[in-house]
Amino acid sequence: MPAFITPTVIAHLVLIFAVMNMLVLSSAFMVWMERKVCAYIQDRLGPNRVGFEGLLQPFADVFKLLLKEELVPKAADKLLFLLAPIISVAAALTAFSVVPFGTQITLFGLLDPPLRLEVTDVNVGILVVFAITSMGVYGIVLAGWSSNSKYSLLGGLRSSAQMISYEISYGLALAAVVMLAGSLSLREVVMNQSGYWWHLIPRWYLFLQPLGFLIFFTAGVAETNRAPFDFPEAEQELVAGYHTEYSSMSFGLFFLAEYVNMVTVSAVATSLYLGGWLGPFLPDWLGWIWFLIKTLALLFFYVWMRWTLPRYRYDQLMEFGWKYLLPVAIVNLIVTAALVIWLG
Amino acid sequence: MLSLNHFLVLSGILFSIGTAGVFLRRNLITILLSIEIMLNAVNLTFVAVGRYLGTVDGQIITFFVMTVAAAEAAVGLALVISLFRHRETLSPDAFTTLRW
Amino acid sequence: MDVIAFYVFAAIAVVASLLVIGQRNPMHSVMLLIVSFGALSGLYVLLDAPFTAVTQIIVYAGAIMVLFLFVVMLLNAHTEDEVVPPTLGPHGMKVAVVLSLALAAEAIWAFSRISPTVFSNDPGLTGSISSVARIGAGIFTTHAFAFEVTSVLILVAMVGAVVIARKEA
Repeated sequence: MPAFITPTVIAHLVLIFAVMNMLVLSSAFMVWMERKVCAYIQDRLGPNRVGFEGLLQPFADVFKLLLKEELVPKAADKLLFLLAPIISVAAALTAFSVVPFGTQITLFGLLDPPLRLEVTDVNVGILVVFAITSMGVYGIVLAGWSSNSKYSLLGGLRSSAQMISYEISYGLALAAVVMLAGSLSLREVVMNQSGYWWHLIPRWYLFLQPLGFLIFFTAGVAETNRAPFDFPEAEQELVAGYHTEYSSMSFGLFFLAEYVNMVTVSAVATSLYLGGWLGPFLPDWLGWIWFLIKTLALLFFYVWMRWTLPRYRYDQLMEFGWKYLLPVAIVNLIVTAALVIWLG
Repeated sequence: MLSLNHFLVLSGILFSIGTAGVFLRRNLITILLSIEIMLNAVNLTFVAVGRYLGTVDGQIITFFVMTVAAAEAAVGLALVISLFRHRETLSPDAFTTLRW
Repeated sequence: MDVIAFYVFAAIAVVASLLVIGQRNPMHSVMLLIVSFGALSGLYVLLDAPFTAVTQIIVYAGAIMVLFLFVVMLLNAHTEDEVVPPTLGPHGMKVAVVLSLALAAEAIWAFSRISPTVFSNDPGLTGSISSVARIGAGIFTTHAFAFEVTSVLILVAMVGAVVIARKEA
């Protein structure tokens, strides 16, 4: 056995494998949750045939998609057409790599040094998430352009304008948290939120940055193209938007990317504002359970919002992004900066 | 071992590719892209020399170059759009007259 | 290890840039340029400049290139015109190729003549230049004036772009 295969290396590889599969599985779970929540909101039962309460429904759907024919429109730019879903999924899966979801484990003393529960810790982690999320737009824009169809093109154009607009507010909300934490590493941001005020309220940045959290989450919803900001695929106007021409598994890949992006936005929001894996009652090495609970709560909120709020009009979306969200984000940043300076 | 020369030669090559693009292409968008390649070659030099001298000034200048590149792209592309409205083409040779 | 990574990234950057200028389809050019920027960002990581590497992706690949894509999509310019440029004359292209090759040869010759200067691996030095705090301090103290000027420049560019691209001037 070569010398570089140490237990630490194996543990890291297993961790990477596990995280990636968890992301894919979580998107399957999200499909199920979305349909279930939607059903209950509309007073229906939702999928309940395949598996327990329909839990295996997404797998049946994927299996069906895999058996469908892969169609490429004649007038399409074939290379970019096939590349677009791959870019989408790759960007979605990579963005999670810097999100920490627990302290560290030794697997009952097997590992030395202990394994940190994250794929990698970069000292500019927050910016890495931001950078990779902004790469996701290419998948959608390319899908829209290369299909050579007017609905796809409109969807792609809308999405690029929307994502650029909301990225600014997203970045400004991030900057306010970075100022409070004094670090760009997500692990350190989470560690800075440990402890309680008056032994009661956890020191989450949610309570220091309520406005920042709202801005971050709104922009996050717009970034992931979810209702009420789901213009790139507005069914009533654009058939299906950028993925109108897609079939089979490349269509499925766009869905996978969308759900993984939702998970990533929720996970990042959890780390930045909700104290990540920190929580009472559980020992340190089980902190990832808290992380899962908080992320799930945010994801439920996502779905809840989709089935409650109507879609905006496109000009309203742009107006909201530039005329309301951005100024509020700037004010939030300035006030935070002033308070950080005055109160140390 | 990595040396400063590696990076300088690479940025020299990239810069030449950028100039070649400006010379050879007959498409305003590709010409703007070539200018971006040249700016990036210069950025690489700044960061490499900064690394060699052990200062962060190289990275700071790169930061400024990026903002200038963003401004240049915005104005450049606005010009491309308004030129395209007049002549329905992107070839720079279509815009040799001063009046239309 | 570093050297292998350098050559891989350098090869990607050079090949992608060459393909950028060798394409007739502007859409493909833009995508290839993004690949080249990604490789450059890898090189910045090798140079212990993670902040610059990430800003490279955020600013260039995430913002400037989206702008380019947007314009290409808006103009729906699939390929470039085949017309021979009248301003260059019959041998214009050849002269251009020779001139750029000469520039490349010159640059390579000049830069490889500098006596090899290996980067120091002192952890104190690599730590200090990869620190975002030091970059921020530099921007807002020594380079504060330049920083303010860039913000004015961005504002001017923004207003200018809106005025130029507006339909009825």
